[in-house]
Amino acid sequence: MIIGDEIVSLSRLQFGLTAMYHFLFVPLTLGMSFILAIMESVYVMTGKPVYKDMTKFWGKLFGINFAMGVTTGITLEFQFGTNWAYYSHYVGDIFGPILASEGWMAFFLESTLVGLFFFGWDRLSKVQHLAVTWAVAFGTSFSALWILIANGWMQHPVGSAFNYETLRMEMQSFADVFFNPVAQVKFVHTVAAGYVTGSMFVLGISAWYLLQRRDLGFARRSFSVAAGFGLASVLSVIVLGDESGYTSGETQRIKLAAIEAEWETHEPPASFTVIGFPDQDAEKTHLALKIPYALGLIATRSIDEPVLGIKDLREDSTRRIRNGMIAYGELAKLRAGDKSEATRARFDQHKVDLGYGLLLKKYTEEPANASEEMIRKAAADTIPRVAPMFWVFRLMVAAGFTMLFVFAMSFYYCATRVADQKRWLLRLAVWCIPLPWIASEAGWFVAEYGRQPWTISGVLPTSMSVSSISTEQLWFSIGGFLFFYTALLVIEMYLMIKYIRLGPSSLHTGRYHFETKAAAPAL
Amino acid sequence: MFDYEILRVIWWIFTGVVIIAFTLTSGFDFGIGALLPFVGRNDLERRAVINTIGGTWEGNQVWLVLLGGALFAVWPLVYATLFSGLYIAMLLVLFALFFRPAGFDYRSKLEDPRWRNAWDWGLFIGGAVPPILLGVLVGNLVQGLPFHFDSDLRPYYSGSFFGLLNPFALLCGVVGLLLCLFHGAIYLKLRTEGGLHERALNLVRVIGPALLATLALATLWVAYGMSLPEIATMPGTDAASNPLAKTVTTAHTWLDQFAAHPWMFAAPAIGFGGLLLAWRTAITRNTGLAFVFSSLGISGMLLSLGFGLFPYLLISSSHPGHSLTIWDASSSQFTLALAFWITVVFLPIVLTYTRWVYKVLWGSVTPEKVLNDQHTLY
Repeated sequence: MIIGDEIVSLSRLQFGLTAMYHFLFVPLTLGMSFILAIMESVYVMTGKPVYKDMTKFWGKLFGINFAMGVTTGITLEFQFGTNWAYYSHYVGDIFGPILASEGWMAFFLESTLVGLFFFGWDRLSKVQHLAVTWAVAFGTSFSALWILIANGWMQHPVGSAFNYETLRMEMQSFADVFFNPVAQVKFVHTVAAGYVTGSMFVLGISAWYLLQRRDLGFARRSFSVAAGFGLASVLSVIVLGDESGYTSGETQRIKLAAIEAEWETHEPPASFTVIGFPDQDAEKTHLALKIPYALGLIATRSIDEPVLGIKDLREDSTRRIRNGMIAYGELAKLRAGDKSEATRARFDQHKVDLGYGLLLKKYTEEPANASEEMIRKAAADTIPRVAPMFWVFRLMVAAGFTMLFVFAMSFYYCATRVADQKRWLLRLAVWCIPLPWIASEAGWFVAEYGRQPWTISGVLPTSMSVSSISTEQLWFSIGGFLFFYTALLVIEMYLMIKYIRLGPSSLHTGRYHFETKAAAPAL
Repeated sequence: MFDYEILRVIWWIFTGVVIIAFTLTSGFDFGIGALLPFVGRNDLERRAVINTIGGTWEGNQVWLVLLGGALFAVWPLVYATLFSGLYIAMLLVLFALFFRPAGFDYRSKLEDPRWRNAWDWGLFIGGAVPPILLGVLVGNLVQGLPFHFDSDLRPYYSGSFFGLLNPFALLCGVVGLLLCLFHGAIYLKLRTEGGLHERALNLVRVIGPALLATLALATLWVAYGMSLPEIATMPGTDAASNPLAKTVTTAHTWLDQFAAHPWMFAAPAIGFGGLLLAWRTAITRNTGLAFVFSSLGISGMLLSLGFGLFPYLLISSSHPGHSLTIWDASSSQFTLALAFWITVVFLPIVLTYTRWVYKVLWGSVTPEKVLNDQHTLY
């Protein structure tokens, strides 16, 4: 059946909202869990109580954030079934075991041990507690590993094939799915971005304490840990930036072309458009400022491989749609009971493009007999809007390089032991706190918006993936999410800011600012 | 490599294990959450109640996440049909669960009694609503749901949310809640002292008979009033999964299903026996034995459901031929085997560290202990 556009749009809106909201909390969990483990390791090695206080205080903020990550994470697991039922049927055979592995290997680990992190201080030896903290840190990163393998498969679906008897994709090789190059690059890029988020958070808040001239020893040490871990992480994010993952797979190449507003295929090595104004209708970029060779080097790591332009990629889509029509026609015969050798051979020959045939489902019940006009429209659908991709990508990169500057300066001044005198840097660090979130959300936008019109690149169009539900049901759920998520965010921010203001005094050790100053301002 | 048929049976068992693990662990968390505003008379008592489960509830809830993941991985059509069909009900469960992480972690971070009181009711909602709705869900699974597939295997659901709230399902909702309250009260009794301990014991005393009575009523209703379609033809237990390839004929009752395999009666016997013994031992002894019995009882009742429904996973009331069975709604043989090996490796690891965490955090929680550790505990 042809599914209403409104259902598809609302389902996408809800998924986008809830996934981006979830990712407000995930990167901070990823980063802070490692920062806590580093701080506690220093405590165990040196025995200095200030490092224990650091672990406990930043651990409190970690806990406030972690609760929200748990709350919003369950939504995503429910949502594949509630809102993307056909997707769940079509790729559950591959996507499901990846999610289940995340549960077994990662989510159990972090969720079970996080209780010991908070309540085990007096019940465990120093080393045991440290092991728990590290286990939580690895648990969160394992979790990201599996999720990025799942997402990497959506971007570049390897190790699987369509089965006409069960009418779905089925896994052929777990190793191919696990070692999917796109997934591996995305994993490293995403967890490193999480480490940057945790570092920026600790760096900015410590800078604020230093500017306030309070809890100096505590803040200076926290600032140093964040500067060191942050610099290493931000370098990883940038150097291992996932542009190199954009060369494998059709949709990834389209994304790359959209990011760079490469309308035409140029002689290698391609130049990199730093800035310009992409114009979708004219298929041109106005006022483009280009750096020769750079794109070819970044994208293909070579100077002789071409980077395909949008027009050529669309031609390629057209060719694959025509193949997909044949595959769809043969599939119809197979399903009608004609299992002759010839039909099967013809289906097997074209089935890799079956997904392209399904793109036509948006326009006709019978993709095998689609008109030229429909094919043209479906091919046009495979190219995302270039301007949002182009600008949002640059926003991410700009945020990344700004943070590189902040971490590099912070690290340098920490090493020279003058960081707390550089008030401009401390102020900058406070103002830069939102940057990692902007960069992360921008990165996900590029990855997911850029994959449209697919949920699974080249395999399953978004328009077919949704559940057979009504717009009323969707409005109910979107309304519910807006209500609960807004209320929870207000509460979370309130608590977070309150505890940040209290600082380590919230530990009630008697050693910090509001406890040592009799005339402390009331909070 | 195992036969496809055997893998399907193994996964029917594993799915049952995950459902039982979820009910046994999150069950007492739900029950204690739902009892919280009533058993704790002041803030310190309520904090003591919360901290009996504060360090472990999160790991327990992962069994629910894993159940979702297992359905997705192993029975994708069940996951797709159930979650999209029961859209509103599933979202209400989800929204109720939202109250829990923040309820546990945020409640005691501010002093204001209005704030703490509000979160106590939040934890009440997070503890009471899921067992009721999941009970209603089980009630509807037994009766069958109005769903069917088109030729692309796209699921359609033709019922409504209010259609789920029929008398039998509502009875199951009550049973679900009472079961969690009972299990929770037994756990609470085990982990508290003094006034809280006494009140938990009194709750066990009262809830036990109510649970056994409603459960008996529901059981009789199922045995005599509920039926399952009889499979007439199907492609084979090791054929490719396609639920549209079978035909069904007349229905048989649940009693027929059990009478045909009399050993199955052991399950409800263990169920009722376990719960009855749990009730008795909770009153007469001060040990963990009552909790063991109530766990046994709950497992017996869930096994009864599984045996009764076998080989069905989801019964369609509108198109019985489209019902999903373990033979025609599973993932591929490759994926079942993969998921099997992942489970075989990780299940023991998870159980080992979970046991360790409980051991470390074990001990009774009293208002005095909460007071001494008030800046760290929930």
